[in-house]
Amino acid sequence: MSELALNPAADAAKPRYYLREEHHPENGTLLGFWLYLMSDCLVFACLFAVYGVLGRSYAAGPSGADLFDLPLVAVNTSLLLLSSITYGFAVLEMQRKRLRATLLWLGITGLFGLGFLGLELYEFAHLIHEGAGPQRSAFLSSFFTLVGTHGLHVTFGIVWLVTLMFQLGRHGLTGANRRRVMCLSMFWHFLDVVWIGVFTFVYLMGVLP
Amino acid sequence: MSAAHDNHDHGHDDHHDHDGGHPPSTLKGYATGLILSVILTAIPFWLVMGKAFGSSSTTAFVILGFAAVQIVVHMVYFLHMNARAEGGWSMLALIFTLVLVVITLSGSMWVMFHMNANMMPSMHDMRVRP
Repeated sequence: MSELALNPAADAAKPRYYLREEHHPENGTLLGFWLYLMSDCLVFACLFAVYGVLGRSYAAGPSGADLFDLPLVAVNTSLLLLSSITYGFAVLEMQRKRLRATLLWLGITGLFGLGFLGLELYEFAHLIHEGAGPQRSAFLSSFFTLVGTHGLHVTFGIVWLVTLMFQLGRHGLTGANRRRVMCLSMFWHFLDVVWIGVFTFVYLMGVLP
Repeated sequence: MSAAHDNHDHGHDDHHDHDGGHPPSTLKGYATGLILSVILTAIPFWLVMGKAFGSSSTTAFVILGFAAVQIVVHMVYFLHMNARAEGGWSMLALIFTLVLVVITLSGSMWVMFHMNANMMPSMHDMRVRP
């Protein structure tokens, strides 16, 4: 194909047509969504940098060692990890063209996601109740911003998941719906990747003396 | 004229990758990913909660290492990242992003650490300055 383009003088008279859009239905959306995730990754990198700079500025207030409840974080981490694997099962069932099983695994994923959010909101409410709200110190401001942004992403992921389940229930495993399932799969696994950074950098390193 | 126009119009048509850059997911892949992630999550929690190392900085470096490995595991087994997906463009975008992330993180901490150290007002300076 490129040879044709390289000596255009030979057949310049003949009109030539190229189907340059041909892979778009398969590939374009997933690549574009990947680029979105990468830009989202930069947002999180900035928030991690802010936390890295301010994370030890306690303003004579409570530190991470005083506040963080590691068993709770461990439960939260396992919920998110389990939701990742159940989403994987949903994708596997989708490849086998089994709609009901796909919906079932997506529903289980959503429940794990809701459990994660519930525990995180409980933790936030507990911190604010103890007087360790975002306005207490630079450390807590950056903590709430970083973890809250991640939680917001999970929230929107669940909204998307529910929408997608209704779409699947109504239209079945069409090409468009399969593409959406793959996009949400990337989003969901990406959130799990960000959470690895959060539990390591914020919680585990936060309680170190 | 039109020949020249045609010529430069098709310059980017030669990375003709076959579509379906995403191989089908397999149960084996997800199971491997899950087992590795559970191990790579449990060890850092155990290191910190069980206070395995005396020094904080050793623990910090070790758990950061585990996090880096786990991120790679997630990328490979859950996000199906490889050099061939989307004709290599996903990987290119990922590498570019990683470079920016490293610059952002290390740059911010390096600069702000030095600024904190240099801005620390010592009593002596305060008295000498008018």
